[in-house]
Amino acid sequence: MEQSISLKDNFLKGVIKENPVFVLLLGCCPTLGVTSSAVNGLGMGAATAFVLVMSNLAIALVKNVIPDKVRIPAFIVIIAAFVTVVQLLMAAYTPALNEQLGLFIPLIVVNCIVLGRAEAFASRNTAVASMIDGLGMGVGFTFALLLLGTIRELLGSLSVFGYKLVDADGILIFVLAPGAFITLGFIIATMKWLKNRENIKSH
Amino acid sequence: MAAARSSFLNLLVTLTIVTLVASLSLGYVYEWTKEPIARAQMAKQLKAIESVVSGYDNNPVLESYRLPTPNGKDSLDFFPAKKKGELIGVAVKTKSSKAYNGDIWLMVGFNVKGEIQNIFVIEHKETPGLGSKMTTPKFLQQFMGRNLTTMKLTVKKEGGDVDAITGATISTRAFSGAVQTAYETFINSASHGAVN
Repeated sequence: MEQSISLKDNFLKGVIKENPVFVLLLGCCPTLGVTSSAVNGLGMGAATAFVLVMSNLAIALVKNVIPDKVRIPAFIVIIAAFVTVVQLLMAAYTPALNEQLGLFIPLIVVNCIVLGRAEAFASRNTAVASMIDGLGMGVGFTFALLLLGTIRELLGSLSVFGYKLVDADGILIFVLAPGAFITLGFIIATMKWLKNRENIKSH
Repeated sequence: MAAARSSFLNLLVTLTIVTLVASLSLGYVYEWTKEPIARAQMAKQLKAIESVVSGYDNNPVLESYRLPTPNGKDSLDFFPAKKKGELIGVAVKTKSSKAYNGDIWLMVGFNVKGEIQNIFVIEHKETPGLGSKMTTPKFLQQFMGRNLTTMKLTVKKEGGDVDAITGATISTRAFSGAVQTAYETFINSASHGAVN
């Protein structure tokens, strides 16, 4: 059944219909934790997307030689290896971003999106389809974090990508933890509203 | 799914191979990124030093040394800034563990007279919008060019000379404490002839 959907639909479902943050509500820990600015959201999203694509590919390639009983430990080792690779690369080439994101990079290992896609998709699909699925989910995750980060940075610090628009203090709460919950709530509500309106129209 | 059989030996062999391949590739990536990571850290230290002392022509990181604080509980890294072999200032890397959240790391630059040239916040995890204001020029300015024999490093409402950040007295206190430690260690080293 999975084989019948086209690559394009496979990619797009992660971005919109099954967006990991707004629809599946997976990976809320980094979503709420790092999105105090647009750059942080983008960096975290890109790091997670890389891990998703690579681990989905690796798991799809080895799925047939992994006995069922140890598949979760094997998947976790593969995911953890890719996360460590990302961390080393970021420490080497984007040290400032690496410090900003801090603990959240190693925490990608326990991000439910990554293991979730490994279990639900990569362990029963081909390598190419799994990579596309990982890419779609990664782009969807990045898009969500970027949107959240941009809104919070705009309202909280009155700046966009670190560029100050007005020389004044923003609404502090949007940079703090409660602002993350409030913003995410409003975004999800908006998406639900748009979806409902579409459903009513089509009936 | 045409998964392999779950016999004991099979599980053992699979997990061993998976972890072996993972650790081998990690070892390779580690070796590959070791140089760039060291370079990035060096660049970070140099950037901090550059913003607190100026006009030197040596590499302060290569000549750095470590001195114990006067109370002996800790030790701080000293980065001497030299021009044509003569000492013109010292950057001291100092920290405070009494901040609101995590440690604050500062680089404090002194000239040979013991006046603060500038202060650079290397790392902090204070509340954005409150304690994070310690990185703004508005807050840092009050320390520049000051000699700590004439400036008392406690916040104003405790009888000191430091203008606290609104809503972030704890951060301000930790920041001042870190500067004070750097100064005491610096003066101590000067009186023992390590800096002349």
